Amino acid sequence: MAAGPAPPPGRLRAQMPHLRKMERVVVSMQDPDQGVKMRSQRLLVTVIPHAVTGSDVVQWLAQKFCVSEEEALHLGAVLVQHGYIYPLRDPRSLMLRPDETPYRFQTPYFWTSTLWPAAELDYAIYLAKKNIRKRGTLVDYEKDCYDRLHKKINHAWDLVLMQAREQLRAAKQRRKGDRLVIACQEQTYWLVNRPPPRAPNVLEQGPGRGSCAASRVLMTKSADFYKREIEYFRKALGRTRVKSSICLEAYLSFCGQRGPHDPLVSGCLPSNPWISDDDAYWVMNAPTVAAPTKLRVERWGFSFRELLEDPVGRAHFMDFLGKEFSGENLSFWEACEELRYGAQAQVPTLVDAVYEQFLAPGAARWVNIDSRTMEQTLEGLHQPHRYVLDDAQLHIYMLMKKDSYPRFLKSDMYKGLLAEAGIPLETKRRVFPFMWRPRHSSPSPALLPTPVEPTAACGLGGGDGVA
Amino acid sequence: MATEGLHENETLASLKSEAEVGGSLEPRRLRLQRGTDYGLVLPVHQVAERVEALGQFVMKTRRTLKGHGNKVLCMDWCKDKRRIVSSSQVCHEHAVTMPCTWVMACAYAPSGCAIACGGLDNKCSVYPLTFDKNENMAAKKKSVAMHTNYLSACSFTNSDMQILTASGDGTCALWDVESGQLLQSFHGHGADVLCLDLAPSETGNTFVSGGCDKKAMVWDMRSGQCVQAFETHESDINSVRYYPSGDAFASGSDDATCRLYDLRADREVAIYSKESIIFGASSVDFSLSGRLLFAGYNDYTINVWDVLKGSRVSILFGHENRVSTLRVSPDGTAFCSGSWDHTLRVRGMVFCFPVCERREDG
Repeated sequence: MAAGPAPPPGRLRAQMPHLRKMERVVVSMQDPDQGVKMRSQRLLVTVIPHAVTGSDVVQWLAQKFCVSEEEALHLGAVLVQHGYIYPLRDPRSLMLRPDETPYRFQTPYFWTSTLWPAAELDYAIYLAKKNIRKRGTLVDYEKDCYDRLHKKINHAWDLVLMQAREQLRAAKQRRKGDRLVIACQEQTYWLVNRPPPRAPNVLEQGPGRGSCAASRVLMTKSADFYKREIEYFRKALGRTRVKSSICLEAYLSFCGQRGPHDPLVSGCLPSNPWISDDDAYWVMNAPTVAAPTKLRVERWGFSFRELLEDPVGRAHFMDFLGKEFSGENLSFWEACEELRYGAQAQVPTLVDAVYEQFLAPGAARWVNIDSRTMEQTLEGLHQPHRYVLDDAQLHIYMLMKKDSYPRFLKSDMYKGLLAEAGIPLETKRRVFPFMWRPRHSSPSPALLPTPVEPTAACGLGGGDGVA
Repeated sequence: MATEGLHENETLASLKSEAEVGGSLEPRRLRLQRGTDYGLVLPVHQVAERVEALGQFVMKTRRTLKGHGNKVLCMDWCKDKRRIVSSSQVCHEHAVTMPCTWVMACAYAPSGCAIACGGLDNKCSVYPLTFDKNENMAAKKKSVAMHTNYLSACSFTNSDMQILTASGDGTCALWDVESGQLLQSFHGHGADVLCLDLAPSETGNTFVSGGCDKKAMVWDMRSGQCVQAFETHESDINSVRYYPSGDAFASGSDDATCRLYDLRADREVAIYSKESIIFGASSVDFSLSGRLLFAGYNDYTINVWDVLKGSRVSILFGHENRVSTLRVSPDGTAFCSGSWDHTLRVRGMVFCFPVCERREDG
């Protein structure tokens, strides 16, 4: 059952571009020269023209789109599910069989996008026809719908029955072949628009979109609004654009550098825990492990951000800074992060704490910021907000990045860590794959006590996956 | 009509006409963003030849999670790399004609101790995770965000204390979790906002959002201003995700394409599409190195794209209804896809055949 109100008819095609595309595909499939091979299909005593076999459909799709047969079969199945192609025999199930099973192309009259939304009255007439023509042909869910509709449009039921009888009478005057085809076409249409309870409803679209026009917050076109627009356009027009070739070079080097570190591209040692059911990889790469792997230590050299984001890396960097007597820089940066991402209510307290510890003249861990930034920051502290330390934080961050970080990478400490770090051995493949490793769940971060480490807003949980 | 803040020579009318000049140039500027404007080759093809082809991947489903009794709409990984939170459509048993509540967005808090979710109730609520059997999780629920239309996406920032939301009312908003206070709102989309992603940048100040107006917009979190906008898609943008370096982002749309936009070049640099792919992409995510782009589609499949070559690496079947959500795990060892077929599948790479000579896939 579709959620929310059905979109107005005009919106359907706009909202469902895939319908238009499917229609183009089936039209090209029916091209007399380039399309799928058509043949006449014999059904008992009747001969139906313009039929195609399932396997021909699959072959045609595979050739036209240069895809594998599996994908072509999937695409064909989707076309059948949406009612653009219907099976001549056993029209109850909209499935594509890649064999000699005959199919036909749905007439545009019954395309989903043409006849939308399906009208209840029409459905009632269809069910009534089925009921009249041969009692007992209505399947369970159809019987339920029939009864429900009978209750709902009881007042117009005479009209329904009259229409049904009239359509049946008109049908009798057609040739048997045509009658059969029209019956199949109609049945397919209703299978798509009123699917049986357990079948997927291909027309379901989820909650309606674009209904916000009415409730959207309207911007009052004040002076402020125009000033912001002008600012935006000025920035947009005046923006220095980097050449795309340079940007692409950047991706090449980024992907090249990170490739060996990407488990989905290069695998991971000792083994991918999801594949081998062996936790070893997670244990070795836990957030706070004593002996980080070689790949991990290498990553600290990729960028300053990588180093800081890794708790082990950050801890070592802090040690290094301590040796250079500039540890307060990192602590200051951490405190600023805490302010930026902290609770609103904490802002004044945190700002005060930072001032006392790092910025006040004679502070215990005074940070060396250039005088201009210091002046502006102190000025801003009169009206503290969460971004008040942004400039100072950025200054210290760049200082660490341009100065301390490169020295760290050249230091004996880092080189030592790199040398010590090991490369795990690959787990030998299991000889008997059916010996299941028991899977156990790791303790949830919500259960573990919060770690006692210098507060950092990177928010890593204490879970290190140890069984 | 407010006239405060006007300088000597400014009037509302003069500002309006100045803005209109900028506005008239905007469509031309936006056209320059198109990857293939005026018959130019897409930038990504310029480097495609220089890149070594990837091998043939074999990705296998390693976990199938069937707990939901209904369509899975959204999922998120916990930072511990092993847990996920997922949300679905919730149906009231007795209501046949009442619309079901769709919980369209969910997110794990960085600490792993809470989750946020919301949907058709127009709210985003935070639930602290508790494993105490006596505690009723619903009782501790905290309503944080209030929008005037459905909630389409939510994400915690670097801590448990702030949430960024996107809504069908055309706005995004930043909220303080503890007090529920609105810290910043972001106006500019012309229609429903469907997705958002926070930038992995050093200064951590921007995020990108995509909407039904076919636009992807980059915002400054501090000022609430739109910093950059991209408009080359032909239909609703269902999903946006930053490239791991933060210099670009990918988007998946109902027009059956995924596109890569570069922030420094201020333009689209790649289109990932194939004639045989007809249905919209609902969800995209990068692998750790950014070389692979995984995209879940409404035709029940997942296509894996080679980001640098612009070609498709692999197509994955398995789901029996549309793929609604897809995320790579935080350590990149696997990716999880959630679908309207009520299941979630976690897939990893089993092995990769090295390439000798590959037939170019379309």
